[in-house]
Amino acid sequence: MNQNKYPWVKELGCKPCCELKPKIKIKNLSLSYGKRQIFEDINLEINTGCVTGIIGPSACGKSSFISCLNRMIEVVPSAKVSGDVLIDGKSIFDSRLDLNELRKKVGIVFQEPTPLPLSIESNIILPLKEHKFDHISERVEKALRDVGLWNEVKNILKEPANYLSGGQKQRLCMARTIALGPEIILMDEPCSSLDPISTDVVEKLIHDLKGKYTIIIITHNLAQARRVCDFVATFWYDGEKEIGQIIEFGRCIDIFENPKNKIVQDYVGGLKG
Amino acid sequence: MERMTKFLAWLSAGILLLILVLMVQDIFVNSLRHFDFSFLSQDPLSGGRKGGIFPIIISTLLILGVCMIVIVPMGLGTALFLSEYSDEHPKVVHIVRKALEILSGVPSIVFGLFGNALFCVFLGFGFSIWSGGLTLAIMSMPLFIRTVEEGIRTIPKNYRLVPLSLGLGRTTTIRSIIIPYALPFVIVGGVLSIGRSLAETAALIFTSGYVDRMPESLSDSGRALSIHIYDLTMNVPGGDTNAYKTAMVLIVLIFITNGLFTIVLKTWYKKRIIL
Repeated sequence: MNQNKYPWVKELGCKPCCELKPKIKIKNLSLSYGKRQIFEDINLEINTGCVTGIIGPSACGKSSFISCLNRMIEVVPSAKVSGDVLIDGKSIFDSRLDLNELRKKVGIVFQEPTPLPLSIESNIILPLKEHKFDHISERVEKALRDVGLWNEVKNILKEPANYLSGGQKQRLCMARTIALGPEIILMDEPCSSLDPISTDVVEKLIHDLKGKYTIIIITHNLAQARRVCDFVATFWYDGEKEIGQIIEFGRCIDIFENPKNKIVQDYVGGLKG
Repeated sequence: MERMTKFLAWLSAGILLLILVLMVQDIFVNSLRHFDFSFLSQDPLSGGRKGGIFPIIISTLLILGVCMIVIVPMGLGTALFLSEYSDEHPKVVHIVRKALEILSGVPSIVFGLFGNALFCVFLGFGFSIWSGGLTLAIMSMPLFIRTVEEGIRTIPKNYRLVPLSLGLGRTTTIRSIIIPYALPFVIVGGVLSIGRSLAETAALIFTSGYVDRMPESLSDSGRALSIHIYDLTMNVPGGDTNAYKTAMVLIVLIFITNGLFTIVLKTWYKKRIIL
C-alpha cells in the first residue's frame, strides 16, 4: 500500500490495507417487501480490504441492504430485489451463479451469536466439509487462532458450542465464517448483544481482519463505527417517500468530523437519534 | 374465584388419575391371584383357557417391529416434507396435511378392511405379521407425523438461516441440524404410536389374523395381545382369567415402553448439545 498515494490511510491510523479499488459495486439496488418499498436506487462502491460501516436509525433498511449482498434476502418470500450488485465485476444475480458458492465467498456474522447446535469444532468442520476443504483440523485451528479463541477452547473442542459465553460464541461464529476463506464479511451489529469486554475483543479482531477481507459492518454504536471503520454510509428513513436511503457516504473521518448533510451532522453530533 | 379455578383443575386431574388407578387395580387384582411367570413362557392351550402367551407376545413384538420399521423413516420423511418444503410446494403440503387429518379420523376397523384388501389380498401377503404391521403403520402414521412435525417446527429460525448463510446444502442441513434436533420428537412419536398399536384390535383382526401358535416367519399369521384379550373375553367361555392376565401383561408392556423411552429421552437431553 502506497501511503503517499492514499494519505488518508495514515491519517486515519488504519493499517495500510485498504485499496481504493471497488470490490463491490452496487447499482440502483431497490428492495420491496410486497408492496412496501424498503429502499430504492442505492448506488455504492465498497473498497477492497476496507471496513465500511453502515450507520443510521433502526428500520431504515440497513440489515435488509446487507442481506441483499449475499442474497440471504431471498429467504423472505415477499422480498423483491431489483438493480444489480457486482462483486469483482460479476453480477451476484446471474442465474448461472452457484448460490452456495456466493455465500461461501460473502460470509455473514449475525447480530445474535448463532452457533449451530453442535460441538465447538463441528460448527467449523460442518461447513468446511460441505465445501470440500482439505486439512480440516489445521483450518479449524487456524480459524480459531485468527479470532483469538484457540487457547480458550483447545481442550473443549468437542463440548457443545452453546456452553460458551456470548463473546466466545460470537468469535466462534466469526471463526466459522472466516474458515471458509471468504472475500467479503458482512457483520450485522455483531457487538449489540455483547458486554464491553467482549465488544473490545471483537473490535480488535475486526482491526486484525482488515486488509485480509472486505468488511461491511452495521452498527448503532457511533463510537464503534469511528473506531473500526474506514468508510461510512449513513442510512436514513425518508419520511416523505417512506423509504430508506443513503444520505451520505464517505471516509469515516469526513463523516464524523466534516459531514456535508445536515441530518448526518445532527446524527453524529448526537442531536438526532 | 382463584380457589374455584384451582379446585376444578385439581378435580379434573384427580378424576383422570382415579380412572387409571381403578382400571389398573381391577386388572392387577384379578390377574395377580392367578399369575405365574410360566404364563409368559408357555404356549396357549385349550383355546387360551390354559397355558401361557409366549407366542402371542412374540407375535405382538414382531407386528410392532414391522410397524416401527415402516413408520419411522416414512413418518420422518413426511414430517420433513411438511415442515421444510411448505414454502416451495404449499398446495401439495396442504393436500398431504388434509389427507393426514382425514386418515387420523378414520375408524380402525376401516383400516383393518383396507389392510386386508391391500396387503392380504392384492399384494398376496395373506393373514400375516407383515399385513398386520403395515396396516398398523398406516393407521398410526398421522399421529407420528404430527408429533414429529410439531417438534421440527420448534427449531429456532437461526438454525435454518445460519446453514443457508454458510452455503450448506439442504441435505446437510436436514441431516446434521434438523434430524438430530427432531430426534427426541421422533422418540415421543414412536412411543405414542407404539401405545396406539399395542392397544389396537380391529385393524389386526383382518390382517394379522387369529392364529395363536408361534409364527415361523413374518409371512405367518400371528395373534396380537389385544386380539388375544378380545378373543378370550368374547369367544372363549372360561377365558376371563387368562384375558385379565394378558391385559396385565399388555399394560406392563406399555409401562415398560414408556419408562424405557423416558430414560432414553432424559439421557439424550443430558448429553444433548442443543440447550
